[in-house]
Amino acid sequence: MLRPYGKRMPAISISFTLNGSPVTVEIDPAARLLDTLRYQLALTGTKEGCGEGECGACTVYLDGLPVNSCLVPTYQVRGLRVETVESLDPGALEPFERCGATQCGACTPGVVMTAWWIREHPDLLRTHTIRELMAGNLCRCTGYDGIVDSVAESLRESGAGRRET
Amino acid sequence: MNVKLPGTVPEALDLLASEGTAIPIAGGTDLLVHWPVRAEAHDRTYVDLSRLDLLKPLRWTTDELLLGGLTTYRDVIRDDRARQEFPLLVDAARQVGAIQIQARGTWAGNIVNASPAADGVPVLMAYDAVVVLESRRGREEVPLDRFYSGYKEMKRRPDQLVVGIRLPRRRYSYQVFEKVGARRAQAIAKVGLAITRSGAGWRVVAASVAPTIRRCPAVERLLETGTPIASPEALRPAIAQDVAPIDDIRSSAQYRTHVMARVLYHDLRDFWGKRA
Repeated sequence: MLRPYGKRMPAISISFTLNGSPVTVEIDPAARLLDTLRYQLALTGTKEGCGEGECGACTVYLDGLPVNSCLVPTYQVRGLRVETVESLDPGALEPFERCGATQCGACTPGVVMTAWWIREHPDLLRTHTIRELMAGNLCRCTGYDGIVDSVAESLRESGAGRRET
Repeated sequence: MNVKLPGTVPEALDLLASEGTAIPIAGGTDLLVHWPVRAEAHDRTYVDLSRLDLLKPLRWTTDELLLGGLTTYRDVIRDDRARQEFPLLVDAARQVGAIQIQARGTWAGNIVNASPAADGVPVLMAYDAVVVLESRRGREEVPLDRFYSGYKEMKRRPDQLVVGIRLPRRRYSYQVFEKVGARRAQAIAKVGLAITRSGAGWRVVAASVAPTIRRCPAVERLLETGTPIASPEALRPAIAQDVAPIDDIRSSAQYRTHVMARVLYHDLRDFWGKRA
């Protein structure tokens, strides 16, 4: 574990479902889900950006909802379903490549996770714009138009109703 | 760091009573910010609330909306009736971080985190919310507008858990939530305002302009007179009695007072305009 957690406490053992498979890990009580995924379970697709819930680079699904894994103590996922960017269809990235919505790539795993969640829940667009739904994923390279276009394109491909930005 | 994992509310209350300084943790969206670097936080004991399923749902009765101790912003955003009857809850919830935070953050957590810049607390206070606290010693109810006694100081003993938030169902003739921040999403308020008018009178609640979220009694009294306000400046004496803004990294005291007067004035002008 790379982070200075201070005094180490006895590990606790927790089990949860990770990308569809059961997993059991011994964790430090202070472990964040982000660190457990990256440094214990070797799923490095999930990135750390700000580490305080602003940038969304660490977005994973917890029981089907997008959350910032930097703000989730790992013990809270016991018995729950966790899905990371590694679980997504590689095709999820294609609209982003086509629309010029990727550059350095640090934000991309989180952006794609949120975008895919919107695609799977198109009913949200009755009350929310794509921009509002994507507001928790910061990108410092591309500007946001390409990202918003990519989400709209992804929704069109899925056959979901369209509503721009 | 030590963590306790209760499965029921009575177990959680036992732990809070026996541990003395244990910190209840729900969605973690405040407590995990700066988590790894704040060494003192790791000598603490945390009581995990995430399995207390009874505290999750919000409930409607004939005369109340009851938010559970673990009801999230998202739970309220998705509730059609909340959108109709308590639209400011939905407005504010949609401005707390973004969907990743809204899925995890709880209303009760927003109250006990006690940030002067909270988004959830002002709208709850403008709806006359009552905080329901429970401990081994019994249940206590504290009106939210009397819950805070100073910066991060509140009427919650360490053995008490916020198990619910009661909101009376009323007919509102005016209600608005305003948040002035550096950007629309993921921003912390430089100034926040929640204003309601019902049979119970005006409620004007300000955020980020005092050590706590607070009602503005002088402004409320001015509004109760029913006299239209001529200009933002005409509000300044009342505002000066009600708030005590400071300079900090997000804004200056002068800017906060100026913006509060202008936002309040423009909202009220809209209100009087519609009635004319």
